[in-house]
Amino acid sequence: MHKYASPKFFYSLAGQLIPWTAAVTVVLLLAGLYLGLFVAPADYQQGESYRIMFVHVPAAWMSMFIYVLMAGAGAVALVWNIKLAEIFASSCAPIGASFTFLALATGSLWGKPMWGTWWAWDARLTSELILFFLYIGYMALQASIDDPRRAARAAAILALVGVVNIPVIHFSVEWWNTLHQPASVSKIGTPSIHPSMIAPLLLMAFAFTFYFVAVVLLRMRNEILERERHTTWVTDMLESKP
Amino acid sequence: MPKLLQAIARLFWRDLTVAMRRSTDVLTPLVFFVIVVSLFPLGLGPEPAVLRTIAPGVIWVAALLATMLSLNRLFANDHADGTLEQMALAPYPLALLALTKITAHWTLTGLPLVLISPLLAVQMHLPESAIGTLVLSLLLGTPILSLLGAVGAALTLGLRGGGVLVSLLVLPLYTPILIFGAGSVAGVIAGIDTEAHFSLLGAFLALALTFAPWAAAAALRVSLD
Repeated sequence: MHKYASPKFFYSLAGQLIPWTAAVTVVLLLAGLYLGLFVAPADYQQGESYRIMFVHVPAAWMSMFIYVLMAGAGAVALVWNIKLAEIFASSCAPIGASFTFLALATGSLWGKPMWGTWWAWDARLTSELILFFLYIGYMALQASIDDPRRAARAAAILALVGVVNIPVIHFSVEWWNTLHQPASVSKIGTPSIHPSMIAPLLLMAFAFTFYFVAVVLLRMRNEILERERHTTWVTDMLESKP
Repeated sequence: MPKLLQAIARLFWRDLTVAMRRSTDVLTPLVFFVIVVSLFPLGLGPEPAVLRTIAPGVIWVAALLATMLSLNRLFANDHADGTLEQMALAPYPLALLALTKITAHWTLTGLPLVLISPLLAVQMHLPESAIGTLVLSLLLGTPILSLLGAVGAALTLGLRGGGVLVSLLVLPLYTPILIFGAGSVAGVIAGIDTEAHFSLLGAFLALALTFAPWAAAAALRVSLD
């Protein structure tokens, strides 16, 4: 187990995994987009514009999933002092923030034809916005501490406090929303979803997950190189390359 | 055990005494609170109906910002002169010492905000029936602001741009308290039963009281490394 957790071993393992995960991402993405854009029938209420869901919903799933992963990795790093977990947590943050931004942007684009406005204080959009702020805070804290190990530990504590708060924030916003807004506005989509729409949705979710894995491995490799740049294995490797 | 209690009592009084010696520090967030709330009628016009609708939100947001401004004082001075390191070395749980400092901080900033809020409520034309709710909601909510803020203050200790950074970290975490704090006052004005608001605020306080000192202590240990 320790062998896998050593940055040197992980660096070469990640290098081997990246092409595969990237290939799987492309295949799933193409299949998901084809099924979503061409095969799935138009919605009887929303017409063609509902198809943005195939990007919006998986992006929103990923944004929350990555935050939880990041906090989990932070906890592992704090408790067992594993360097690789620190590197993983800090590599997650920009990707998670990007997915959150994607979910917000597509939500806003979807809102224009559906609600007639670019932004509505819908419960899910609002909690997504607050999640985006949490990601920004995490990255800002990490960026302002120079020592990478101290930065990772401080950011891990913040992520853990955030992960306890996310459900609280989510339910508060939902509650607040039902008090302030008529229910018709937040009622988007139909209660039951047709199988022809479920398949592309799940394919897109898997595509995004594999994309996340590929990008996180790339980022981790960079981070490992930067942190270990004074070790012999990194200098040897860099010198052996022309 | 008495020794621990003695240490906590001493730390509490010490924090109050130190703050009283620099009383302008204590007054600044309070004055800020009053000024921010007073700016809204100037910006929106003195229409009582408008002021009444926005009053709960405005007073609560101003309370969040005023707390934010005062967070820097929580650990920074003790960090600068090395007192904090001595506290970390002391044979008492750091989480309890942090909780004591947070309590002192709340006594110096949260409590004055609560006490002056009826004045602002009158200024904003809140109906008399809502003033009690405002005070009670702030009384339950401001300790949570201090507790969560302490984690942010401990994390940003000694960092460049700490003041702005702390607001970035802590303000998103304050949203539930704002929703239920301002919501309870707005609820009373609208004639809605506000028991749920207060139950939830109480639950948040219990949750924050349990976990925040612990997280703040862990953050302090990281910052003191």
